[in-house]
Amino acid sequence: MVQGSTDAADEKARPEVAVEIAGLNKWFGEFHVLRDINLNVARGERIVICGPSGSGKSTLLRCINHLEDWQTGRIVVDGIELNDDPRQIVAVRRDVGMVFQHFNLFPHLTVLENCTLAPIWVRQMPKRDAEAVAMKYLERVRIPEQAEKYPARLSGGQQQRVAIARALCMNPNIMLFDEPTSALDPEMVKEVLDTMVGLASDGITMLVVSHEMGFARQVADRVMFMADGQILEINEPKAFFAHPQHERTRLFLQQILH
Amino acid sequence: MADIARSSAARPSRRHARNIGNLALQVALVAIVLGLIAAAAHNAAVNMAKANIAHGFGFWNNTAGFDISQALVGYSASASTFGRAFWVGLLNTLLVSAVAIVLSTALGFIIGIARLSHNWLVSRLAGGYVELIRNIPLLLQILFWYNAVLKSLPELKGSVTLPFGGFLNNRGLFLPKPVFAPDFSAVVIALAIGVACALALRIWARRRQERTGEQVYLLGPTLALIVGLPFIVFLVAGKPLTFGIPDMGRFNIRGGLEILPEFAALLIALSVYTAAFIAEVVRAGVLAVPAGQTEAAQALGLRSTTTLRLVVVPQAMRMIVPPLTSQYLNLTKNSSLAVAIGYPDLVQVFAGSVLNITGQAVEVIAITMAVYLSISLVTSLLMSLYGRMVAVVER
Ligand SMILES: Nc1ncnc2c1ncn2[C@@H]1O[C@H](COP(=O)(O)OP(=O)(O)OP(=O)(O)O)[C@@H](O)[C@H]1O
Ligand SMILES: [Mg+2]
Repeated sequence: MVQGSTDAADEKARPEVAVEIAGLNKWFGEFHVLRDINLNVARGERIVICGPSGSGKSTLLRCINHLEDWQTGRIVVDGIELNDDPRQIVAVRRDVGMVFQHFNLFPHLTVLENCTLAPIWVRQMPKRDAEAVAMKYLERVRIPEQAEKYPARLSGGQQQRVAIARALCMNPNIMLFDEPTSALDPEMVKEVLDTMVGLASDGITMLVVSHEMGFARQVADRVMFMADGQILEINEPKAFFAHPQHERTRLFLQQILH
Repeated sequence: MADIARSSAARPSRRHARNIGNLALQVALVAIVLGLIAAAAHNAAVNMAKANIAHGFGFWNNTAGFDISQALVGYSASASTFGRAFWVGLLNTLLVSAVAIVLSTALGFIIGIARLSHNWLVSRLAGGYVELIRNIPLLLQILFWYNAVLKSLPELKGSVTLPFGGFLNNRGLFLPKPVFAPDFSAVVIALAIGVACALALRIWARRRQERTGEQVYLLGPTLALIVGLPFIVFLVAGKPLTFGIPDMGRFNIRGGLEILPEFAALLIALSVYTAAFIAEVVRAGVLAVPAGQTEAAQALGLRSTTTLRLVVVPQAMRMIVPPLTSQYLNLTKNSSLAVAIGYPDLVQVFAGSVLNITGQAVEVIAITMAVYLSISLVTSLLMSLYGRMVAVVER
């Protein structure tokens, strides 16, 4: 009873908007990489972001967990306003998981240690509990038998699944994926995408930079097209693919679908 | 299918053949080297017989008859043997090398990290240091510190007076000398107990964190154990430590702890020079850890100090330890440049004075080489043990 009521309170405390980005502008020196970005991501929403190389997709994603700083605008993640306060930044990062194009696993730690590092040092979990959580997620991504190996021994697809498990071990509300399959050999793309489809069905909020349009059609609530640091178009997948509003979107889709 | 079977069956025998070939080659090489050594030894023996020099190690127990300016163990020209002189020289080499290794490591890490600093001035200063120091020959630097800096200090009469009764002049640095009363052993024991307890505390804290997840900050307790405990024992035991203050006479300074300008010049030059190389090793090691590693750790919510300690340093150390070892070996071997300023190291004392007096070149040079080889092997061994400790091998 008591348990139930606190859960309900938690639910209420969490805002319906998972990520709120308003008037975001960022420059790398003279280069205006993000131009007046406005985006609200609802809780549980899954957004796939596509666009030509250099359009600022990675940069936008990296602003959400403050791996990049920005000049103007605000970002609120799970009700926490991101500013220069390190405590706010850590609070957001505990809540936001990120998966990188090149996995970025820690080569000097085993798969299991990769997964338990943050739960132990950030969530202050007892080692045994952290290992239990890690094994749960390694089973989720279907590689529990690799737990004691070092990452370099694994295939690319396996490494990326470990990276996903590592992020999930922090029990995040929001997951960011930056081209998670584009460094993989074609035959490994599917195993990673399947894992992500599984995640999507759990109702976790996801922002995915990807050019896997099949995946976008299958799981995205909205698909977003970026060019020159701007959001040119954002729409439900059906409409997005059937009736792109912009000429550039049309050209881009033509290029990657053929 | 048949193809695969054949090639996998053929592979072991081919590898076998290659192994035998390698082995034969190595045996032949060893035989050639041994043959050359035997020929050289024979040649030397013939020459020495002609010159009426006894060979063998009989000289070891003969009276040395020459003075050595710095001896860590008792030594006198009239009473000590060549063997004793050997040990004095060896200890002097080990002393200057060990202290220089510690200093150059500290300085090298500081400068290497400073060079990576985002502060323009700091990184430029560090870069300038490295470029300046590593491009000037070490011998020149030793001569600079000795002749230009230390020998141009004031004479005895004009000695610079230092706090706590020390003096500095062109004959060296004279400091109060600690004199330990017998009770001082209690302080040493307390220090040992303190260190043991601090280690035990670390292990306990790690176990506890594994069990409960709670992190304990150990800096305070560790300091209390390692510094506080011995200090309390020191007070309780009635301060069993006094200082012999150097006493300035008309012609020299008596008592106190004397640091020769030769030692100081060699120490400073070796430390400053090697630090420049260590700084580069450290910088390269840190840069070799991809930015993605730090980003991944930060994205997981790790603080920057935790990220450094658990992610960056272990990976950087794996890159740093092997080249650091070779810097230590270089430093030890470079310490033989002591000859240039007359610091009584192994080469100056043994391969210099002893060889000249006894004329037993082959024996003396062989022993000296064997000593440097042993020091190098022991250093390498220690460093590879350390390397294994700090960095789990990645497979
Ligand atoms: N640290 C940086 N300093 C300067 N310029 C940068 C930096 N990082 C990225 N850029 C530039 O910003 C632009 C956007 O980069 P970003 O990585 O966000 O693009 P992207 O849309 O993710 O492209 P891709 O599909 O190639 O990954 C690029 O032109 C890139 O060169
Ligand atoms: Mg990118």
